[in-house]
Amino acid sequence: MSQPFTLTVNGRDHSLDIPATTPLLDVLRNHLGLKGSRYGCGLEQCGACMVLIDGNAEYSCSREVGTLAGRCVTTVEGLGSPEALHPLQRAFLEEQAGQCGYCLSGILVSAKALLDRNPNPTRADVIAALDANLCRCGSHPRILRAVLKAAATLRQEVA
Amino acid sequence: MAGLSNSLKDNPRLDRWLKFCDDRTVRVGTGKVELGQGVLTALAQIAAEELDLRIDQISMMSGNTAEGPGEGYTASSWSIEHSGGAIRLVAAEVRELALKQAALRLNASPDELSVVEGVFLRNGTPTDFDYWAVAGDLDLAAEATGTVLPKSSNTYRLVGTSVPRLDLPAKLTGSGFIHDMVLPDMLHARTLRQPGRGATLAALDEAFVRRKAGADISIIRIDNFVAFVGADETAVRAAAVAAADCAVWSDARILHPEQATAKWVAAQPSHDRLIGAPVEEPAGAHGASLTFTRPFLSHGSIAPSCALAVYRDGALTVWSHAQGMHPLRDNIAKTLGLPPENVTCHHVQGGGCYGHNGADDAALDAALLARALPNQPIRLMWRREEEFGYEPLSSAMTVTVHAALDAGGRPRDWTTEIWSAAHGQRPGVGGAYLLAADAMKEQPPERKPFDIPLERGGGADRNGIPLYDIDAKRISYHLIHDVPVRTSSLRGLGATLNVFAIEALMDELAAREGEDPVSYRLSTLSDPRARRTLEKAAAMAGWSLRDAGGAGRGLGIGLARYKNSSAYAAVVAAVEVDEAVRVTDIWCAVDAGLVINPDGIVSQVEGNIVQAISWTLIEEVGFDPQGISTLDWQSYPVIRFSDIPEIHVELIEADQHEALGVGECAGGPTAAAIGNAVAHALGIRICDMPMTRERIMAAALNA
Repeated sequence: MSQPFTLTVNGRDHSLDIPATTPLLDVLRNHLGLKGSRYGCGLEQCGACMVLIDGNAEYSCSREVGTLAGRCVTTVEGLGSPEALHPLQRAFLEEQAGQCGYCLSGILVSAKALLDRNPNPTRADVIAALDANLCRCGSHPRILRAVLKAAATLRQEVA
Repeated sequence: MAGLSNSLKDNPRLDRWLKFCDDRTVRVGTGKVELGQGVLTALAQIAAEELDLRIDQISMMSGNTAEGPGEGYTASSWSIEHSGGAIRLVAAEVRELALKQAALRLNASPDELSVVEGVFLRNGTPTDFDYWAVAGDLDLAAEATGTVLPKSSNTYRLVGTSVPRLDLPAKLTGSGFIHDMVLPDMLHARTLRQPGRGATLAALDEAFVRRKAGADISIIRIDNFVAFVGADETAVRAAAVAAADCAVWSDARILHPEQATAKWVAAQPSHDRLIGAPVEEPAGAHGASLTFTRPFLSHGSIAPSCALAVYRDGALTVWSHAQGMHPLRDNIAKTLGLPPENVTCHHVQGGGCYGHNGADDAALDAALLARALPNQPIRLMWRREEEFGYEPLSSAMTVTVHAALDAGGRPRDWTTEIWSAAHGQRPGVGGAYLLAADAMKEQPPERKPFDIPLERGGGADRNGIPLYDIDAKRISYHLIHDVPVRTSSLRGLGATLNVFAIEALMDELAAREGEDPVSYRLSTLSDPRARRTLEKAAAMAGWSLRDAGGAGRGLGIGLARYKNSSAYAAVVAAVEVDEAVRVTDIWCAVDAGLVINPDGIVSQVEGNIVQAISWTLIEEVGFDPQGISTLDWQSYPVIRFSDIPEIHVELIEADQHEALGVGECAGGPTAAAIGNAVAHALGIRICDMPMTRERIMAAALNA
């Protein structure tokens, strides 16, 4: 059933010999050891599993890995590391935007997709970009502030 | 000197709380665990403050049955009061012991010495001695005496500052959760849940299940507990889905949609008790009463429950994100028939739980499998459907508030009458047990009718006694035992509906007198801290400009002191009602006494407000014959980014008072403020939560 193929994650090529029907999320977490993308529902409803696929924020929990040959996947680990935080991660820390934190990987990824296509978003733009991501702790006000702050930082870096 | 807290009485040895480590840090133990509420950061601040250390010189050891203190469950906003109080006393005492030892070694008087970042200073000059140099000479196996006075709050340098959360950096960069743990040769597991206590598995097409798994799996069956175990998580998940589709159960629980309603619950036989003032026949007919309901609610953690376990040489080790590792150890040991000393439980952080969800049950599931497969580490995770379908729910409730009034239209006699199933059924409490115990041949005895007594904060009756100056106040509690689902604690417990009801009736009574709701409350409220909190929230919201209402926009207020003993919160909500309710602004004032971490409190209060908006406007569990029918985020929607109002939280300066639990204080007042704002906007009172579009339309038609 399985046929070796190549998956590009965070800029690295991985050769995989697993069934093409395996969900991308399981591949990331269990085959590549990238634990940042999270299982929340497996139903494409909560957003905890979101990753960038060619720059778009997409669910990974039900996405068959076989559909991703030649595509570029970016996970939260691809944004930054504790030693070298992405401006989004830095802004989330500065705003203390997160309580339990389980939703944050997906939210950071959705925010990254937004800022890549719209460096100067309004609050309404951020709300629209994050509306597919659930947060149960109620960190929403801080998350909105953090994304707008990161956008401002990134604009300054470019300028 | 205050007496020793229960936390310290139960764990008197100093070394359960503090240990000087070789890497020149101090390890602080606590039985309370991080649930995303920031408690470990706040407790580290308390320890660092008393020990004169930097925050990065503290490491927290939380929820560890082998070495740390047992402090029951992390619940009811007790952590800062209980664990914080114990850590403060222990740290003060250990600092004193170390200082005396250093004085001996330096041939100095203890009065000459001080501590900065763990180094002893003699008359302000650093010495060669620090904590770690004298640690070996301290007897930390000794018991705490509680006789060393902690610092005075006016000398604090770290407590009262917004130290950033210790756990957040990991969580922002893709790690930090139990779900990410990997043990050598670990196998994944998923369960097939028994649909109700009496159900027995009549048939399972194992060939079908294995075919759907698509990779090698083991099917483990222990009486009516069934699980699928294997190296490939994708396969075991597929097996569990297939099994749920094809399993045939006899005597499965059958639920009916009407059983999910507060009305059905209130009509069941009850165990009745009266708390507070004896009933007097209120004179005359001058009184008022209103009835309110709310449905069953789910905790709705974004993270399904997860646990790891391994059983080696008769010893079981469990990793769990449940709210209390010591109770978990005892409950697992009891179910498995193991001596408690052979079971060790370690807390590892999971998703926010907001109360008693599936976390404890998942830990027993993992433990059962670990014992069935010795030497084999097991990682068990619940599916989304399992979390919604089998975690304990927060009970549907009905509350009727009755007030008899004096000649000035103020309540002089008050009864809060409550119909609810229990809100306090954590494992080990009131005969409650872990879920899979039901699946064992030797089932535990049925749970007893029990709820948390009011003197311990209360369950359904939490906050049933109003804060206002009323001659006679009482709660009439009808505890319903025979509901067909497990019920237990969700953040706020009964307080959410009780405060909603009390504050609604206060608004109605004010309207009868033609008085402003805030002025009316103040006229019958002598607690100065409650008054100040109410006045602050009203000022923040520009309450004095509030209009007559009725035009689709409303401003409402709610006030409570959580558990009548923790933090005070007053909330003003602004709403727009156009078929559906939209909350546009929330202003909240909080008096939490001594503040450990201001930003941490604001964050908790904001979260509590957001969750309460969701409960008040959106959430509702449903039943169908197969069981709980709201098994995903489409059937159980919660608030999203597009529904978040502007939220303004301010803390009242009250450092002269003791630190009060704050994590649940704003929920009831938020629900109440929204209810009152909707009544102000429409001129009609909606008495049933959630205040959905359908309810608003129905109320408008009936008006």
